[in-house]
Amino acid sequence: MRYEAPETMEAAVALLASDDNARVLAGGTDLLVQLRADTIDPSLVVDVKKIDAMRTVTAEDGGFRVGAAVTGAELGEHEEFKSVWPGVVEALELIGSTQIQSRATMGGNLCNASPAADSVPAMIAAGAIATIEGPNGSRDIPVEDVATGPGRTSLRKGELVASFLFPEQAPRTGDAYLRFIPRTEMDIAVVGAGVCLTLDESGLCTAARVSLGAVAALALVPDEAADALMGTSVDEAALARLSEVASAAAKPIDDKRGTKEFRIQVTGVMARRAAEIALARAKGK
Amino acid sequence: MSAAEDLGYREKPHELKWVGTNVARTDGVDKVTGRARFGADLIMPGMLFGAVLRSPHAHARINGIDTSKAEAVKGVKAVITRKDFEDQPSEMIQVGELTVNIRDVIRNVLAREKAMYDGHAVAAVAATSASIARKALKLIDVDYEVLPHVIDVVEAMKPDAPLLNEDQFTDGVDPKPDRPSNVAKRLEIKLGDVEKGFAEADVVIEREYKTRPVHQGYIEPHACVASYTEDGQGEVWCSTPGHFLVRAITSRLCGIEVSKLKVTASEIGGGFGGKNIVYLEPLALALSRKCGRPVKIAMHRNEVFRATGPTSGSHMKVKIGARHDGKITAGWAELMFQAGAFPGSPVFPAAMCAYACYDLENVLVIGYDVVANRPKTTAYRAPGAQISAFAVESAMDEMARELGIDPVDLRLMNAAKEGTKAAYGPTFGPVGQVETLQAIKNHPNYNVPLGPNQGRGVASGFWFNIGGETSVTMNVNDDGTIALTVGNPDLSGTRTSISVMAAEELGIEPERIRPAVGDTTSLGFNFISAGSRTTFAVGKATVEVARVVIDELRARAAATWNIPVEAVVWEDGHARPASSNAGDFEPLSLEDIARDAKKTGGPIAGHVETNVSGAGPSFATEAVDIEVDPETGHIKILSFTAAQDAGKAIQPNLVEGQYQGAAVQGIGWALNEEYIYDEQGRMENPGFLDYRMPVASDLPMIDAVIVEVPNPNHPYGVRGIGETSIVPVMAAVANALDDATGVRVQELPLSPPRVLKALNEKNGNRLG
Repeated sequence: MRYEAPETMEAAVALLASDDNARVLAGGTDLLVQLRADTIDPSLVVDVKKIDAMRTVTAEDGGFRVGAAVTGAELGEHEEFKSVWPGVVEALELIGSTQIQSRATMGGNLCNASPAADSVPAMIAAGAIATIEGPNGSRDIPVEDVATGPGRTSLRKGELVASFLFPEQAPRTGDAYLRFIPRTEMDIAVVGAGVCLTLDESGLCTAARVSLGAVAALALVPDEAADALMGTSVDEAALARLSEVASAAAKPIDDKRGTKEFRIQVTGVMARRAAEIALARAKGK
Repeated sequence: MSAAEDLGYREKPHELKWVGTNVARTDGVDKVTGRARFGADLIMPGMLFGAVLRSPHAHARINGIDTSKAEAVKGVKAVITRKDFEDQPSEMIQVGELTVNIRDVIRNVLAREKAMYDGHAVAAVAATSASIARKALKLIDVDYEVLPHVIDVVEAMKPDAPLLNEDQFTDGVDPKPDRPSNVAKRLEIKLGDVEKGFAEADVVIEREYKTRPVHQGYIEPHACVASYTEDGQGEVWCSTPGHFLVRAITSRLCGIEVSKLKVTASEIGGGFGGKNIVYLEPLALALSRKCGRPVKIAMHRNEVFRATGPTSGSHMKVKIGARHDGKITAGWAELMFQAGAFPGSPVFPAAMCAYACYDLENVLVIGYDVVANRPKTTAYRAPGAQISAFAVESAMDEMARELGIDPVDLRLMNAAKEGTKAAYGPTFGPVGQVETLQAIKNHPNYNVPLGPNQGRGVASGFWFNIGGETSVTMNVNDDGTIALTVGNPDLSGTRTSISVMAAEELGIEPERIRPAVGDTTSLGFNFISAGSRTTFAVGKATVEVARVVIDELRARAAATWNIPVEAVVWEDGHARPASSNAGDFEPLSLEDIARDAKKTGGPIAGHVETNVSGAGPSFATEAVDIEVDPETGHIKILSFTAAQDAGKAIQPNLVEGQYQGAAVQGIGWALNEEYIYDEQGRMENPGFLDYRMPVASDLPMIDAVIVEVPNPNHPYGVRGIGETSIVPVMAAVANALDDATGVRVQELPLSPPRVLKALNEKNGNRLG
């Protein structure tokens, strides 16, 4: 196995394009585990942590551009980003332990393409855009279009996710992410729910995005869940409706982490509770 | 009678100086700085790395094993399979608190006719690197003929279930069955007449319960290094609670004399009974014998889960009868336990302990030891007692509710006490069950008001504790310090507790005593560190050896003063004339006598080899407060109080640590831990990510209450304390769940999906 740590995006792309069995190493919190468990056997590992652009958070058009290899701990200490997107930060910070937090990245979490990835529903709810670099230059796609199934992505040979754009946020917008795990930490989401909503001056919901994790092969973005909130004051009736449609949208399986019926029921609970937090945040802005 | 002969408990005439105080652990600095050497930490010159090929099938006949491709790999030095071990006859040998058949042990170490479970060892390789060894494993061709398998205990008992062993006929049934069965044994614990007892009952509670298999979950995976030399000498370094046991089994399986195998115990990163058996050592020694180089094998976590000692899953039926006034008239139970691939589940201790907390006239417990295609069970902290307690203590709670009596009061009214004839045989001496119940009843936690969705549960538990063969040597160094050598690996700070007892006897500061765990060549035989025996039995032998040494120190002083030894007493670390009649001599300190030992007869030392008896049973009662999330079924532990009878806490902080650790393991068992199998009988969660033990943030501080009812058979009153506190936990949590929600769950774990389903059924919710 060959290990390379290029310092430029171009070099990283060239390396990835040169080998069919190449893997990107960001924090390595999934990759190294898979290597040790013998579930992958790459011939080339490209470490992207030396590429500055992938390791920084910068302002862009009133929003933020976050390098795909920025760690959870770093983003958690970025006060400005955290004050605007607390839901995204709390989702990322749910991954692993303090030690894992100093390694784990949103780019890695997304490209590992686990249906249970915590930061993904939060990014989707936030409307984040993934910027992908590749042999044919760069392209932007919504985060929800990156994973195509468990362990699979839409990335082509030689491509990598370089950064995420979190566009300028409308006033009175709040986001939140909640997951259900049987323990309090160090676990994988049995159900995850990210909610981002915007209120007008009268308190009516004018924009909403809801994304559900761990209840299908991919993070879901059910329109009907967002519709349950749109035009309402996110009152009890709207929240009850959200809960109902979120449960209905969930398409989980029975597995070692939870039963199908449990996941369906708890999806509604998590979506409603996340919306309540997002609502409080939107009102506070 | 010399002081060394009377090792019973006496109220001490003077205040104890060190016993009952907290002394820094002798192994503390090494453990917190990472210097302590565990099983995988030894590196020997020329050492190779071993790896074990494991069956991917739950049940398969092995028609052939072709190792030629693996042997051809550069760097591979040895490959072993079943043909490298001679078969063993059917013969029962003692392993910790359980006995096992050596014919089964050889089969468990390395599959012979069949692979009996997913993870069963089939072959092993030694190579110059771990990665070469792992690659070589993939080149071993095993011709498996996959057979139908069975995992669930009820399924395994059915007449048409896949048979694990065609030669196994149920033991303990009259007449002897004419058909083989997965039921290895039927047993009974009986006292009085339960039919008569139920006829006297006003209320009868009859329920069924299920528990899942769980793993001990020790941090340190099994690991060893073995070396076999050209002159036929073997050496093993390993993580074990009993290196004399490792020596016994490894020498037997490898066909070498006991004297030719030296086993050294490393520090041990947890065992809880799960290391009371041998897996890797015979493989490493056989590999080393084949290639003439030392071989290290260390398991991965995946192997620990798939191939080593979980405890049984169970199916249980319980029936308890009581009068309206709270008097329990009869206790009945039927316990069906998964033994794993070979007989030997803890169903026997489970049956013995089932009603041991109570003073009953009529008890009948029937147990079934049932083989299934799972790893062979090994001991787990009070083996079996926790499982039967989940059933009996859950039913007791329902009885208390039915009778309208506080659950602690119902237990107090029926508590085992001095003079109680236990169903399993003995009549109890002084025991502390009543005191643990009172400790809980009077604890502030038991009287905190509960909020919405909160509930409180209580349960009791019992464990026997044991003594056993023990050898201890004490050497007085020429500077007056003490080298104390014991033969029991230190699972819980026992070296420190033992030194403290020696210090108390000798009248010197504990830091002047350096305890060590000797290898198998340095001492007489020692039974393993199990059954909560170490502080009790090794402590008792250490008190005895200290008194032997004191007698020698008195003799040396007597010789120095030229007076009879009877005229010399030992007080506060000094020899003194017994009275002014004996003469007027300046007291001689231990240092003085040690310094002049050469002149007075040579080195001063003592040794004791004994089979310690008189272990004191330990009872515990525990209370837990929980809060249930009614929308997710998630249980949060708000407070947990464990009151257990220690007899005497030599080191209170270490005793508290044992109560807390046991409670935490029980909480994990209660809430989320379970083996999950797929349809092929493969374990789906062989790692700590999905085998969900509690993490620190899941737990409150566990409040440990040390009850002290002295054991009359130990000089300081010590009972064993390492196990009982796990026994009541699962029932206590299930009882709290009922208290919080009105929902009684009779199956473990009380995981969110199971609890939510039960809540839905009660509330008539959509998914009910």
